[in-house]
Amino acid sequence: MNKLLSIKGKRTVTDFHRELGKLMWDNVGMGRTEASLKQTLERIPEIRSEFWENVNVLGEGNDLNPALEHAGRVADFLDFGELLTYDALMREESCGGHFREEYQTEDGEALRNDEKFSHVSAWEFKGTDQYPELNKEPLVYEEIKMSQRSYK
Amino acid sequence: MNLTLRVWRQKSANTSGQFVEYKATNVSTDMSFLEMLDVLNEDLIKRGEEQIAFDHDCREGICGMCGLVINGKPHGPLGATTTCQLHMRTFKDGDTITIEPWRASPFPVIKDLVVDRSAFDRIIQSGGYVSVGTGGAPDGNTIPIPKEDADKAMDAAQCIGCGACVAACKNASAMLFVAAKISHLSLLPQGRVEQDMRALNMVAKMDEEGFGNCTNTGSCEAACPKEITLDNIARMNRQYMKALFKSNLS
Ligand code: FES
Repeated sequence: MNKLLSIKGKRTVTDFHRELGKLMWDNVGMGRTEASLKQTLERIPEIRSEFWENVNVLGEGNDLNPALEHAGRVADFLDFGELLTYDALMREESCGGHFREEYQTEDGEALRNDEKFSHVSAWEFKGTDQYPELNKEPLVYEEIKMSQRSYK
Repeated sequence: MNLTLRVWRQKSANTSGQFVEYKATNVSTDMSFLEMLDVLNEDLIKRGEEQIAFDHDCREGICGMCGLVINGKPHGPLGATTTCQLHMRTFKDGDTITIEPWRASPFPVIKDLVVDRSAFDRIIQSGGYVSVGTGGAPDGNTIPIPKEDADKAMDAAQCIGCGACVAACKNASAMLFVAAKISHLSLLPQGRVEQDMRALNMVAKMDEEGFGNCTNTGSCEAACPKEITLDNIARMNRQYMKALFKSNLS
């Protein structure tokens, strides 16, 4: 908290929030590719280090301070956005609402890879600039068989 | 359009506040009132001034967090509209707009336009709930409820607990709020079981928190963004009297 208040940089919290949001929307949105994800993983640490050097959070820490509250959230989003991108990058399939453009059927439908990715990925945050730890929780179906969803 | 804003600034609950004048330039008519303040706040930060604190959350008229007195009216000039759903097209280029927090002693100002509405939470805690087992949705669906009761309960359930009724009332009465909660719950069979204790406890809590009484002026009804009507207050008073007699008998 004191760190955020003492930076006294030139850019507003909203400014960083928007920059990160646009990056995530463009590159880690519904459609994503290996290249867009890798580019994001380069960009986030850059935005983050600028944030911690150049953000401007006014006011004090002891009373209600919406700017400080927002800054704390954006600091979290910077870490969380990166973690999310790591997950998106390692999941080499198109699953759910997310479309890895390299993994599609001939007629442009989402192509899953159940052999390799039949699990929930529970990532463990290990600190900023540390690679997070992946815990896999296997998806086991006893009564039904997994199959491709089709609306055709 | 360009506007002059007179905004209430107050550092904390223990300091006195005052109006500060700001210019809002290039305001789009499509902006919501809160977006207009967001833009002003960005400008303020860039100029090295602290942003104006105001409450907001859903920004779609359902959570009850927002609430500003705009030109003397809680939630501004439009009827049935929360501050977050008020758009700048309601105003004219060159207008001067006065923006204040809710003014009522049970709602102390925390900072600028933010007030402490936890008194409402404590009123809810005193009886604004149903604690009998009501089963799941199928159980609920097997209890027939007359259409008229269901409609009235749903109308009362529209209350989002924003506190505009208190801000509008010259007595700082919370009766429209409490009456909405009491009606919403006690009109339905699941809520009827506890209706006596609910009416007694919620009314007692409301008084204890320092809210005033109703003198049937109706400014609460006019200010309410969810159009809660005064007959809910009549229903609450009836329930309260009945419960009082019953508790005196037993
Ligand atoms: S912000 Fe939720 S009702 Fe206005």
